[in-house]
Amino acid sequence: MDILNAIIVLLNYTIIPALSYGSQLALGAIFVTLVYGVLRFANFATGDMMSFGTMVAVLFTYYFQSIGINFGILPTALLTIPFAILIMILYMLTIDKFVFSYYRIKKSPPVQLAMVSVGVMFVTQAIIRIIIGPFDRRFLDGEKFILKAIEFKEMTGLSEGLTIKSTQLITIVVTIIVVSIMFWFLNKTKTGTSMRAYSDNEDLALLSGIDPKKVVMITWMIAGVLATVGGVLYGLDKSYKPFVYFNNMLPIFAAAIVGGIGNPFGAFLGGYVIAFAEILITYAYKRFFTYLLPENLEPDSLLQLLSTDYKFAVSFSILVIVLLFRPSGIFKGKTL
Amino acid sequence: MKQYTNIIAAYAIMILLIIMVGILQSWSIALSILNYCLISAVMTMGANIQWGYAGLINFGIMGYTALGGLAVVLVSVAPVPEAWEAGGFNMIICLLIIVTIVFSIKYISKKIQSSKKKNFSIACIIILGLILLRFVSGPAIESIEAVDPAKTGFLGGLGMPILFSWIIGGLFAAGVAFVIGKIALGLRADYLAIATLLIAEIIVSIIKHEDWLARGVKNVIGLKRPVPYEIDLQNTPWFIELVEKFNKGKLSIINSMTERQDTLNQLIIEASSVYVKLCMAGLFLSVVIVLLILTQKALYSPWGRKMRAIRDNEIAASAMGKNVVKEHLLIFILGSAIVGIAGAMMVTNDGLFTPGSYRPMRYTFVIWVMVIVGGTGNNFGSILGGFVVWFLWVEAAPIALFLINLFTSHLPETNALKIHLIESAPYFRFLMIGIGLLIIMRYRPQGILPEKIIKQ
Repeated sequence: MDILNAIIVLLNYTIIPALSYGSQLALGAIFVTLVYGVLRFANFATGDMMSFGTMVAVLFTYYFQSIGINFGILPTALLTIPFAILIMILYMLTIDKFVFSYYRIKKSPPVQLAMVSVGVMFVTQAIIRIIIGPFDRRFLDGEKFILKAIEFKEMTGLSEGLTIKSTQLITIVVTIIVVSIMFWFLNKTKTGTSMRAYSDNEDLALLSGIDPKKVVMITWMIAGVLATVGGVLYGLDKSYKPFVYFNNMLPIFAAAIVGGIGNPFGAFLGGYVIAFAEILITYAYKRFFTYLLPENLEPDSLLQLLSTDYKFAVSFSILVIVLLFRPSGIFKGKTL
Repeated sequence: MKQYTNIIAAYAIMILLIIMVGILQSWSIALSILNYCLISAVMTMGANIQWGYAGLINFGIMGYTALGGLAVVLVSVAPVPEAWEAGGFNMIICLLIIVTIVFSIKYISKKIQSSKKKNFSIACIIILGLILLRFVSGPAIESIEAVDPAKTGFLGGLGMPILFSWIIGGLFAAGVAFVIGKIALGLRADYLAIATLLIAEIIVSIIKHEDWLARGVKNVIGLKRPVPYEIDLQNTPWFIELVEKFNKGKLSIINSMTERQDTLNQLIIEASSVYVKLCMAGLFLSVVIVLLILTQKALYSPWGRKMRAIRDNEIAASAMGKNVVKEHLLIFILGSAIVGIAGAMMVTNDGLFTPGSYRPMRYTFVIWVMVIVGGTGNNFGSILGGFVVWFLWVEAAPIALFLINLFTSHLPETNALKIHLIESAPYFRFLMIGIGLLIIMRYRPQGILPEKIIKQ
């Protein structure tokens, strides 16, 4: 019984939150990696692009709520995702046309493109703040919990409760759907293959008749889907605040590099690596061990490796360690 | 002379703008803008040394700025004897443990050849060391933070003059830059940018959450000043006389004695704040000038030529026998040290240390915009960039407000769009900076004042 309780504690406070947070990071990390792999620059506007997509979804949610449309027990925001994705893709393509394409055609060094993306970051941030303001917003409606702690206790008779928020399940399910469609697209369709070819060797891809304009457009479209979905899922799970989204760029970058930048599957797993590391290292294991150990050995301290203040620092330290020992990432991305 | 006309014209416009702020808004605002411009100029000079001279992209400016600020606290604040009694001994032991860990890792990485064994033993040492550190520091930190937590709760500093901390700030930043450089400098440009950004974030989060060190997010206020305080000035006879002399015309018009005294008091209060800011500006200006002379000399010395050669073609430079790795590390340390000095100057200017305010937006990206806009590789350009961008950053909100009012003047006061726009005027600064950066990157990628190569 105690062992079961201990497992439930671990599930409730670490594994489930880490899975959902990891999914959100993974979507962002695939976005970073795709842009890096195909368009060849580190996109510092990542966080703010995700924020932009989420902002559109939030606005649509408010609109839908005002005209009385809802999605039953599911959050209305899920309904708005397709519209948000459309606008996000439009925004990205506009930016690409007016800003990035010039440098791509000129074949500027990646650093210059990264600098340009900093400019895009500033502009996007300004647009978001001017439209929706810098405030914290919650836009989750519908059922909040799938399983409440009390219900679980009654059901199983255990002394520890297991809570599953609906957003956590939605996050995991939606991520699995989106990511599997994306991998199917990248690996099985002709367009996906041409994208990978372009990413692998640009000149050779051009020689074999791949249209670079199409590849770039498809990349931005996939990026738009990933950015919006990732952003909306994060916003549903926590809340929507532009500043937080900007900061989320940092663990997303860490995830992309840890997984091996340029490698979508690596980025996917990298998201979970970062999320699990952040949560497992900063979790206080006191309750877990209280169940496992005999009574006279019960721990006095919190048994916390690092305080939760260092959540971000943990993921960045992992990045540093990976860069030191395996600079191309855990799953071999582009070599440095 | 002709080659300097651009520079002189650009600076003249900048100074004119600041004077305009002085006339239109107030001299106090103009001077505080000037002070921050000077501080930004020092930061951009640091970033310019790394980016313009050597092509190293360092997004960790925020971290070094914070380290400079930390140095001010550690140097100038009076020590807290109770805290030292409570946990000082343990903290010194911790420092010794860290030093031992570092040296044993160094020893192992030199002695043991097999990489598996090496990694394993290094990991063991780090984990054991961390557990030991926690064991020793845990109770000490608790007892230090318990010492009068509302006012102190930290070890305090050395109680030395604050100007000394500028040098220490530089040294702190240089030391950390050495470690980061060793780790990250082998990376390709954009990886280096991300790695330094994230490492800076680690530094700031340590400063933020280690309360025993510098009170963390509880902030340290009331730092010493290298210049006199306003209150003291207002009671000093020579200062009052000076103000009287300056405003003789204004005062002589007023007949009533009490009214005259009131006006004089008002003037003295205003003048004291202007005087203090002028003193600060003088100090900052001297730092800028000294650094400018040094960096200019370095740029046109054989060393500067070597750096440019490495920047333009690393492989060719290393084929010519230049040690690229060593030079990169050196210039990384130098640039970071300058940024550290700027961080210390900024905290001195503010008189308070607020670790919570160190955010990558303000302290990394804006500084980078300054470098790019001003002109990479040109010291005059980077100083100008610091001035222009900081000026825009501060004055963007008033300018935006003016423009909004201009364009929506036909709309009624109650129009929702107009109200919304006016409320979001402060965010137009991001828009202006962003668009400015994009335009410069597109049409004048070398910056306002481009790099000059003097043929010899």
